[in-house]
Order: sequence, then structure tokens, then C-alpha cells
Amino acid sequence: MTSMVPAGDFRTSYRADTTIFPTRGSRLAMLAGLILLCAAPAVFGRYELGLLITIGFSAIAALGLNILVGFTGQISIGHAAFFGFGAFSSALLVEHHVPVPLAIWGAGLMTAVVGLVFGAPAARLKGLYLAIATLAAQFILEDFFARARWFSGGVAGRVTEPYELFGLRFDREETYFYIVLAHVVVLFAAAANLMRTRDGRALIAVRDHYLSAEVMGINLAYYRTLSFGIASFYAGIGGALYAHYLLFVSVEAFNILYSIQFLAMIIIGGLGSIMGSMMGAAFMVLLPEVVQAGADLLAGGAIDRALRLGASISFLREMAIGAVIILFLVFEPDGLAHRWKMIKAYWKLYPFSH
Amino acid sequence: MAGPPILEAERVSLRFGGVRALTDVSFAVRGGEIFSIIGPNGAGKTSMVNCVSGRYRPTEGRILFDGQDVTRTGTSRRAALGIGRTFQNLALFGHMTVLDNIMVGRHHLLKSGLLRGMAYWLGGAQREELEHRREVEQIIDFLEIQHIRKATAGTLSYGLRKRVELARAIALRPKLILLDEPMAGMNLEEKEDMARFIIDLNEEWGMTVLMIEHDMGVVMDISHRIMVLDFGRRIADGTPEVVLADEHVRRAYLGEADEPVERVA
Repeated sequence: MTSMVPAGDFRTSYRADTTIFPTRGSRLAMLAGLILLCAAPAVFGRYELGLLITIGFSAIAALGLNILVGFTGQISIGHAAFFGFGAFSSALLVEHHVPVPLAIWGAGLMTAVVGLVFGAPAARLKGLYLAIATLAAQFILEDFFARARWFSGGVAGRVTEPYELFGLRFDREETYFYIVLAHVVVLFAAAANLMRTRDGRALIAVRDHYLSAEVMGINLAYYRTLSFGIASFYAGIGGALYAHYLLFVSVEAFNILYSIQFLAMIIIGGLGSIMGSMMGAAFMVLLPEVVQAGADLLAGGAIDRALRLGASISFLREMAIGAVIILFLVFEPDGLAHRWKMIKAYWKLYPFSH
Repeated sequence: MAGPPILEAERVSLRFGGVRALTDVSFAVRGGEIFSIIGPNGAGKTSMVNCVSGRYRPTEGRILFDGQDVTRTGTSRRAALGIGRTFQNLALFGHMTVLDNIMVGRHHLLKSGLLRGMAYWLGGAQREELEHRREVEQIIDFLEIQHIRKATAGTLSYGLRKRVELARAIALRPKLILLDEPMAGMNLEEKEDMARFIIDLNEEWGMTVLMIEHDMGVVMDISHRIMVLDFGRRIADGTPEVVLADEHVRRAYLGEADEPVERVA
């Protein structure tokens, strides 16, 4: 699969053989995609841009979870709590007069430290046992948010400042979009780089065969814990970007359902795939929109009248979201990233697919 | 060719509850030799290798590597000391490419950690990766696996996987390489290739080899010295000729003659 290179594309140096995007076409496509995205604020309205921003910070957090679950083979059902910790941390730092651009990264680091603490059991626990330990992290942190008024503003929540850099305020969707985009590019590139160097390979090795990883000189406890640190760092940055978008952070948002949503993002996007994290985040953010649009079309239409659906359309919407996710897992268990690969492979070989 | 001992096991015993896997086993592997451990199934060969590689801690006794007591050294630290190994049942990283599998072997030699890895182009990680890639390619050339370097390890045939596992162990640049049944399940041609690789590894790459193998033909052909285990005890050791002639060995392992056999001195 990794060697899907067009005929005649020969690499003549090891450098050319270790790029993130394997072919010239894929590099150009990525560049074109980024340029198109930069033009998004000129095309889309505030609502659509808001969706793109949500996809952006969700994708960063999902990528962190994917490094933990997809690449290192561990599990966490407390990711939203770390996301929330990042959001509160950034707001707290801003209150202590740290400029927002620094506060976001500071929040990432603070969350990483908390992640390392809660990740410590991972050095010894695996599978379901680890899942329960991370569930504990979710509840402990949620409780902490509700009680530690100095940190989170308690039940009332915490108001924070918009992003400001060199005297420019990025307080509208049209401008804040670029901030999120920049963070996405940097953090996704960092993850892709990580996975083609020493420590990233060590993480994957721990997932694939931990006994032989250890014999190869990889310290299991260190990398299992480190993976939690990285995941929390990404969650923290995602949360901080969320905080400076909504400008208000409150406890309720970071419940276990949100944690499950992050898991759904990476499972649908593709475990162990960097771009899959982005696709999964986009899927989970856009799915309710698409279903809502469907429901709106349905409302008042012939089917609605014939079946007398009325108010139950909104329930149908919730059920449709669940159904789509289940169908997805049945028919595309390897995730969107895998499907995308198959589509590319199909067109590469077209019309001689055998 | 055989220098001072690189690996010494001193009266190693290993018990799991009431099961005695190893009892009072002592032996020494000299630098530069190919040393084989043979014995019937369940004799404790793999247990012995696991004690050396760190998977098991001996209940009693000591293991010295390069004159240093490593009995209590953690498994992952032994790689940096210079002990590499392959496994009896394949233990590759199934979802990684062959190239990445081998690069994992470079782990303790690479210096770029988390941050430099993330900043690939800035902190020198790229330069380091490419340098090590060059050396890894030499290993790939040596083991003749160029055609599969980008293949996912989990999709390869058994014989090739064994070869990739050997490549990964060589990538550690070990002084001592432990091979647990490198030829199990191979056909004649693959066995011949593997035997050639082991000899080259020993003679040209200067690695000391400690090998477990059931194929007596190969063991007798390429080993400098052999130790025979039976029920967790050492029953013989010495050059292939000496071991072959040993009465205990014949009775325990080679399955010959219930009546007394004339010793071929």
C-alpha cells in the first residue's frame, strides 16, 4: 500500500524517499488544498467558517488521541477532560496577563504534564484496565473543574480574551479561521514528522509487538507514558483554540460523551492515520449538519404529511447519526483514510484495475 | 578466532513455581564464535536465551556480558550494551514497512528524540535519519531483501519475515546476536541462505552468534562449539565432533541405541 508509486517515478536519493507526501502530485494537491482553504473566508459565511474552525480544533485533539490509540495501541476515554483542561488553562494564563498566542502553547504544555500524571498507570495497565483508569481521569478532572474556582471559575465558567497578535485582533470567524489553520498545519506536520523518526517508530513498535520492541532497546514504560503526554498536549492545544473561539469556557462541555466523540472521530477517520484524524473530525462535525439539512427538507414535505412525523423528525435526526456511524463501522472498519487510499489506487490503475 | 568470553552464565537456575526450567547451567561464549544450544523440546533452550536477553530473570546464578554483570539489567538497556536477538515465533512489527522495522533496530543509536523528531527539518533529525538509512541499506543488501524494503512486514512470506527479523537484529549493531531457531519452518534453499548469512555475519561482520537450532545438519556444519541441554541441565558441551560422540547426547537427544555405545574418542 505504501509503495503505490506511479511507474517511472524513481527515487534517486534517500531524502526523496522519505518525504511525507510520496509523489509530486500529492504534494501539489496538498499545496492547492491549503491555498483553497486560505480563500475560504472570502467564499463562506460565518456559520460555515465556524464549522471549519470546529473541525480544526477537533482535528488537533483527535490527532492527539490517534497518536495514543491508533499509533501506540493504548486507550483513553477521558480525552475530553484533557481538552477541557487545555481550554481552562489557556483562559487562566490569559487572566494572568500571558498573551493569547503564548497561552495556547502554555496550555498545551500544562495539559501534557497532567496527561503524564494520569498516563502513569499506562506503564503497567493495558486494554480494559487502562480504559477504566482513563475513565477515572475523566471524572476526576470533571470534578476538579466544577470545584476549583480559581482554575475554572467553578460552575459559572470562565470568560476569556480573543486571539491577539501584533495589535491585530482575531475575534471574528473570518480572521480566527487563519489562526486555527496555522495551528493545524504546524501540529499535523509535527505529528507526521514524529512518525517517521525515532520516537514515533518506537510508539508504533510498542503497539505492534511490545516484547520485541523492548528487545530493540525501547523502554516500554517511558513510551507508553510519553504517548499520554503527547496526546494530552494536542488535546490541550485543541481545547485552548476552542476557548479563544467561543471566549467562554464552562464545565458541562467536557463530559464523557465528548470523549466518546473523539474516539468516534479517530475510528471513523482511521486508527493510526494522521490525515484520518482530520477526516474523522470533519465527518463528526459535518454529519449532524447534513442530517439536519435532510430533516429540514423532510419537514413539511409529502413524506412528513403522509406519515405524520411532525416533531419526531428531530428524533429521527439523532437516530440517523447513530445509524450512519454503525453502518460506517460495518462497511468501512478501516476508516475514511483507508477508503481514500482505495479510491486513489483505483484511479491510479484505471482503466486497468487488474 | 575465539577470543576472551563475551558471555558467561554462572550456575543459572530458573524456576516457575515448581517447574524447573533451568538447573545450574554454566557456559561461556567466546568472542567471535558461533555457539549453538541444542536439546529436545522443553529442554530449556529458549529459557536460557530469554535469561540472556532479559525477558526472564534467573532465580539463581549470574549472567556476565562483556565482563559486566547484567543479571538484573532491564531488557531495553541490553540492546545498548550490544545484545540483539531474533525470536522463535516471528515478532516483527506487522503494520510497519520492512525499512521501518529495521530502523527500529537503530533506536538506541539514534539521538533525535521527540522534539527534534517533530521539527524534522530543523533539529538535525533528517540528517540523522538519512545517515542511518545508508547503513540500514547495507544490511538490506547483505540479506538480499531490497525488493521488499517498502512492503508491509505483516504481508511477507515466512522465510522473508525471518530474514527481516535478522536484519532488524543486525541493525542494533550488536556484539552478540541471539538467534532462536533461525531456520525453523524453512525449506532447504532458505535454510542454506540463512546458514550463509549466519557465517557471513560471524566472519565478515565480526558478530558473536548464540544460536538455538533443531536442524542438526546446520548446527554441526556451522557451529564452533555446542552445548546440549536436557531437562534444564547441561549434559554436554564442546566442538561438534565431541558433542556428537557423547554418549549422554546420543541417548537424550539423537535418540540412538538403548544398549551402550562405543565412544568415538
